[in-house]
Amino acid sequence: MLKIRVIPTLLWKDFGLVKGVSFDSWRRVGPVLPAIRVYNSRDVDELILADIAASLEGNPPDHDSVSDFSEECAVPFTVGGGITNLEQIVALLHAGADKVAINTTAYSNPNLIETAANRFGAQCVVVSIDAKRYADGRYSCYSHAATIDTAKMPVEWAKEMAARGAGEILLTSIDRDGTMLGYDLELVEQVANAVDIPVIASGGAGSYDHMIEVVKNAGASAVAAASIFHFTEQTPTGAKNAMQAAGIPVRRNFVSSAAK
Amino acid sequence: MKIAIVNYGMGNLGSVRRAFEDIGAEVCVANHPAAIYDANRIVLPGVGAFTEGMKCLANAGWAPALHEVVIQQGKPLLGICLGMQMLATTGHEGGETKGLGFIPGRVQRLDVIGCKLRIPHVGWNDVNYLKDDVLFDGIPDHSDFYFVHSYAFVPENQEHLIANTSYDCDVAATIRNGNVFGCQFHPEKSSKAGRLLLKNFMDYVPC
Repeated sequence: MLKIRVIPTLLWKDFGLVKGVSFDSWRRVGPVLPAIRVYNSRDVDELILADIAASLEGNPPDHDSVSDFSEECAVPFTVGGGITNLEQIVALLHAGADKVAINTTAYSNPNLIETAANRFGAQCVVVSIDAKRYADGRYSCYSHAATIDTAKMPVEWAKEMAARGAGEILLTSIDRDGTMLGYDLELVEQVANAVDIPVIASGGAGSYDHMIEVVKNAGASAVAAASIFHFTEQTPTGAKNAMQAAGIPVRRNFVSSAAK
Repeated sequence: MKIAIVNYGMGNLGSVRRAFEDIGAEVCVANHPAAIYDANRIVLPGVGAFTEGMKCLANAGWAPALHEVVIQQGKPLLGICLGMQMLATTGHEGGETKGLGFIPGRVQRLDVIGCKLRIPHVGWNDVNYLKDDVLFDGIPDHSDFYFVHSYAFVPENQEHLIANTSYDCDVAATIRNGNVFGCQFHPEKSSKAGRLLLKNFMDYVPC
């Protein structure tokens, strides 16, 4: 049976990891490499690294750094931030990324999703959607690290991205990001119901119960989280124990049967 | 023990190279077919689409070189994900495409073979053994490996099927025809279980 993934997200800006609240007031929380080492040694299901400044500042992906990071990562490694063309994807895959997450460029050049999926396979292309809730309850997709309202509705946009060949949707609630108040269940449910590809819920995890509810009640295929793992005593393994106790299939750490 | 990773332009090469370096293998990224002749083991990695993959293999003259080294000389080959799928006789992705034909079978989309769940099949899934195999030495039955694919290998001959995974329907997880091995999952991304499998592949001695 396919397991529900617990995915630590590493938000990367300039030379270190950062934490923000609703994509704002970023503060530094430490270097990237040791964090990747720790997660790798704890055998997490997968890692997502997002360069949050790249699109905003118009920088290309930093594949040299990605190469250093992926050296320490024996689990699936998704890299996002600043990707605008196929050559950059090739460079990232050579640098050790397994999947790329595309957000801002998907709006200006949706063809990139199609050409990337045709060339590298849908499974390699994660479309990242940052959504904000209006006062009237509607949602809108934002680009450029949540600074520009694209006026696209997440459900429609996710459908279009899936039709163009995206393999997964990484869906982040801008309002909940960094708040630890829980995932935006309504947002996740709407999008997960609208597409047949896996949806990774992101933004707002503050407890294991939040993860359980977004899987059970909103249909997420994976849960991504940053603050909870960086700032509380809660861990990916703890999350999986709690999820398993709640009846959700999770991957247990590998133990070899060889005593040879 | 030298291993050549076939670089036909489409793999997640970095990850595969690192995984083999991690287990102490001497790794050569083969950028052209001539580079696989002095290796002891061949890996055909893969991320991407069947048609595109076969086109890349054909354009650079990989197919005849692989045939000579793997089928005639009998060097062990491990195909990973798309690399496994291209071992088939035919692929059915946007029309029918001829594969390498090292293991008889066809490659079809998961929904065509009966899967009604979300596609692609992404994540960790347990691998269930149908028979003992050297690749799984020291790895308990039902261990989780990382999958990410939309198409699956349907072997013509059940004897070639080593292990399955279940995603609404049975999906071939590992296949083998003599010295030719294929994994639908990504051992290079499957943490400790994956490293052990790659080590088993390196340690395997063809009779």
